[in-house]
Amino acid sequence: MIWAGVIAASAACYGLKLAGISLPQSWLQDARLQRTIPLIPIALLAALVATQTFSTGRHLVLDVRAAALAVAIIAVLLRAPFLVVVAAAAATAALLRLI
Amino acid sequence: MGIAIASGAYAISFGAISTAAGLSLLQTCALSILMFTGASQFAMVGVIGAGGSVWAGAATAALLGSRNALYGLRLSSLLEARGRRRLGAAHFVIDETTAMAIARDEPAASRFAFWTTGVALFTFWNLGTLLGALATHIVSNPKLLGLDAAPPAAFLALLAPRLRAREPLAIALAAAVVAIAVLPFVPAGVPLLIVALLVALFGWLRKPD
Repeated sequence: MIWAGVIAASAACYGLKLAGISLPQSWLQDARLQRTIPLIPIALLAALVATQTFSTGRHLVLDVRAAALAVAIIAVLLRAPFLVVVAAAAATAALLRLI
Repeated sequence: MGIAIASGAYAISFGAISTAAGLSLLQTCALSILMFTGASQFAMVGVIGAGGSVWAGAATAALLGSRNALYGLRLSSLLEARGRRRLGAAHFVIDETTAMAIARDEPAASRFAFWTTGVALFTFWNLGTLLGALATHIVSNPKLLGLDAAPPAAFLALLAPRLRAREPLAIALAAAVVAIAVLPFVPAGVPLLIVALLVALFGWLRKPD
């Protein structure tokens, strides 16, 4: 099942890239499309941050992941590199669980 | 080259998160080879790791990949790739290659930047993924390393550069609130699709400035 999803999503992502460089320029130059598409990653990434921090399955929970996110926010504000942000969050969660 | 090494480090965290989410070594590496677009890959394994369906993960990955179509549009006149070359070029149409290509003044320099960045990134991205996945395979309980707290941090780091103005920040906060609000009532992963639909409607219907 995971394999089917991996293949389908990869094909979809490739199709979008290929469409961008192949379709006639005018198709994608529509002003509304140009304004809307950049908003999608912003909304999706924000929703991913929120749901993956404050939920387990369909239950809202507040646990060490919230503290890890706080540390990640500080790291981002300090312009830390990607891996440092992720490692700092993981280390925070791991340390708090040890206590 | 710096950008490629940085992406290798970022790929290590992808390999680790993907493995911790329950994808096999082969599935993890297949994503980096075949999908080759960071945010979509993180979203796919993030949704699966959080107990969402594979298809909700795949849909989220595809939605995040939509911006690559706009990058492709900007690159198409610069690259002038035809036939088989275009099929290869398409795979490399991502944030970093676009940024490097459009930063050049001459079309020839743009093409060179696009292809060298693409090849270097692809190499380091896949090496990093393999390394992260192998390292995580050795760990018996990824939760002990706090790896379940890694995906939100990764999404935050991907989001932060897009929030340099007031409107994107407001959209991000609204999206987070909506996702949390609908979460108890729908299957895992579906809040993301609801948010994507709402933001698309918002972008489509609002008046141009």
